[in-house]
Amino acid sequence: MSELTRRRFLAGTTAAAAALTVRAPAVHAQKRSGTLRFVPHADLKVLDPIWTTAYITRNHAYMIYDTLFGTDEKLQIKPQMVDRWSSSDKGMRWSFTLRDGLKWHDGKPVAAEDAVESLKRWGKRDPLGKLLFAHTAKIAPVNAKTFSLELSQPFGLVLDALGKPSSNVPFIMPARVAATPDSEQIKETIGSGPFRFVKDEWQPGNQVVYVKNPDYVPRGDAPSGSTGGKKVNLDRVIWRYIPDQATAAAALEAGEIDWFENPSVDIAARLESNRDVTVAIQDPRGTQGWIRPNHLHPPFNNKKARQALLHMVDQQKYLQAAIGQAKYYRTCPAVFTCGGPWESTAGAEALMKQDLNRARQLLKESGYDGKPVIVLDPTDIPLTHGAALVTRELMTQIGFNVDLQAMDWSTVVARRAKKEPPGQGGWNMLFTWWIASDVINPAVHAGISGAGASAWFGWPENGRMEELRLQWARATDKAKQKQLADEIQKLALDEVMYVPFGQWVSPTAYRKVMQGFLQFPAPLFWNVSVA
Amino acid sequence: MVPEILRRLMATIPVMGVVAIAVFALLHLTPGDPAVIIAGDYATTEDIARIRQRLGLDQPLITQLGLWIGRVLRGDLGTSIFSGLPVTTLIGQRAEATIGLTVLAMLISVGLGVPLGVLAAWRKGSWVDRLVMVFAVSGFSMPVFWLGFLLVYVFAISAHWLPVQGYRPLGDGLWPFLRHLILPAVTLSVIYMALIARMTRASMLGVLAEDYVRTAFAKGLAPRSVLVRHALKNASLPVVTIIGIGFALLIGGAVVTESVFALPGLGRLTVDAIIKRDYPVIQGVILLVSAVYVVINLVVDLLYVILDPRIRY
Repeated sequence: MSELTRRRFLAGTTAAAAALTVRAPAVHAQKRSGTLRFVPHADLKVLDPIWTTAYITRNHAYMIYDTLFGTDEKLQIKPQMVDRWSSSDKGMRWSFTLRDGLKWHDGKPVAAEDAVESLKRWGKRDPLGKLLFAHTAKIAPVNAKTFSLELSQPFGLVLDALGKPSSNVPFIMPARVAATPDSEQIKETIGSGPFRFVKDEWQPGNQVVYVKNPDYVPRGDAPSGSTGGKKVNLDRVIWRYIPDQATAAAALEAGEIDWFENPSVDIAARLESNRDVTVAIQDPRGTQGWIRPNHLHPPFNNKKARQALLHMVDQQKYLQAAIGQAKYYRTCPAVFTCGGPWESTAGAEALMKQDLNRARQLLKESGYDGKPVIVLDPTDIPLTHGAALVTRELMTQIGFNVDLQAMDWSTVVARRAKKEPPGQGGWNMLFTWWIASDVINPAVHAGISGAGASAWFGWPENGRMEELRLQWARATDKAKQKQLADEIQKLALDEVMYVPFGQWVSPTAYRKVMQGFLQFPAPLFWNVSVA
Repeated sequence: MVPEILRRLMATIPVMGVVAIAVFALLHLTPGDPAVIIAGDYATTEDIARIRQRLGLDQPLITQLGLWIGRVLRGDLGTSIFSGLPVTTLIGQRAEATIGLTVLAMLISVGLGVPLGVLAAWRKGSWVDRLVMVFAVSGFSMPVFWLGFLLVYVFAISAHWLPVQGYRPLGDGLWPFLRHLILPAVTLSVIYMALIARMTRASMLGVLAEDYVRTAFAKGLAPRSVLVRHALKNASLPVVTIIGIGFALLIGGAVVTESVFALPGLGRLTVDAIIKRDYPVIQGVILLVSAVYVVINLVVDLLYVILDPRIRY
């Protein structure tokens, strides 16, 4: 037997390393003109964007459907399918006329009736849609391309509702499809948007395929957000669901995919050093983190116990644990997000200055009896898990007896709906996050609703809040809306409907062969091309 | 033999029944509710109740179980709560990748594990034996996901020889199919290769000490002939058993491998369904995997008869 000397070993390993670094012909460099391969943040399982609020379904719908109005990158509402519109009688009567050349994917023309039926179905599911229809006396087609909307009461958010950028977006479907009851999923996936869905190639858990809609007529203006000319430069878009972050990043670096929607911040840091990859921000408005107490049961049915939470929070600490890299997050006092049109510091003094002594005192005054407080900790979502760990530490410091219960997100989703006392399957506190578009004003923000049993999980009940929100929705004057928004924020923080624990943006990464990336809450594929 | 096969096949029916009931019961005892997941953030209690009713989740568990078993007996595994696609379609879309992965992994495991075990036993105490045993211990100890990422780094990212992830069906050609499966199959096979090598070595050591082997050597037969024709055949019973068990374990191990390499297989289908509490999909896949497991056990039992004519059922 020949001896393995150190010299031989070193020579061998060096040769092996050299062999590995010699680039063999790249197996990935396939010619694929006009095809973009994209890794979405989740698997597309549901195809009906009205039936579900899932962002992945919303993103799918932006591919194949169009909207009457859209939101541009400056949050302005602009027409999309609508060519011209008018309002009269102090905003009580509206008329909308569709653009020429709009066609469904089967070649039939889009009609006003389609828009009316689609809006009716959306109005049964979406909170802003419900509000619009609660103020609507009549909506009906006038002719093939025009429909009218008559309000029963003043409502200042007609265009905001029709151009709503995030779930549920009022996507327009054929009338026969929109006739599907809102409790059932639509069966047909036919739209008038810039791409067509290839249902035969859809493999849930693996891939979704879209092809260019050759009949789509884009607007003439430049694209901005979900508005403007949706000019399609791609023949085919393939969504490949890769659940593992490291695998998706490796695939991007190897050139097997072109765009990775949401790398985690640590993966993004690695990708930044790759000269073939661009790391950008998908939605500059970002995301807001929440600590949501359950208002139904002790101790958080007591305002002072909730206020103790407000004094307890140090957003910096939460964001460090939840997000990690400072360049992606910011502390933010605004309930309606920082950078949004209703950003405010009103009533946020306690939130922005941690005072554990004051928190202890308030907890004592609340009469808290030391019973375990059940905190739901979704360990499979790093950001909420990080927030939960910080919360347990801080709550223990101010005198709470914390029962941190580890579970997966699906269990949280089921458990949070339970109104029973915490000891009987209910809960005391949970963590969640919302993209800015979903919390950007009092009408869409689910966390500040004081509608009691029909409010978002945690069920705060506050008549004054509901009154203020209604006034805000009905106001047509910007100054009045600003004054009301500040008042609503003050009340939300005083009552501690929830505690915002900061705001952050999420990176997205794409190869430099991809051009024309547009910033928006959803990934957009028009204007995009691959070299 | 044929009556025995028929008897064993009949015996699988109650086994599958027990599996079906256990899977159903466990699933419905697990926290989580697909109706709540479907209903979304803005749903009212009434919305959730309506969805539960539509999905049949408001009915007593025993009724739901009865309806499901009735459908299964008619060959209908139901439809996914979320995608609305038939479970059989979803399984059909995913089965090829998992079958390809497990068969290739098993070929690698057996193809290398058995010769390594034979070699180690033949050269007992030598550096070859020690090397094989070091490999076996390392193979057991390496986490699948870690090995997967290591192989990806070396062979896909650094060398660009093989793809990082993804799958191409056999219909696209043998080489594209194999190219996408080599790294996952090697990753998955290492632990079983180590297991098979150890079992083969242990079994061969016992047989090599037998008189008839000594006689064969004394007769001047070539070592290869003695090892393969005389010793290995008699040492193969425990090896076949471990291969049978390994096949079933490979299906379980495929879950991690499929996630690391983004293979659209049954493992990932199951995990995704569990996360979403998509009951019909979970039930359908587990039932199928249980059936495969039962069949593999049956095949292993029948192989005993072929390998050792003394065995009679």
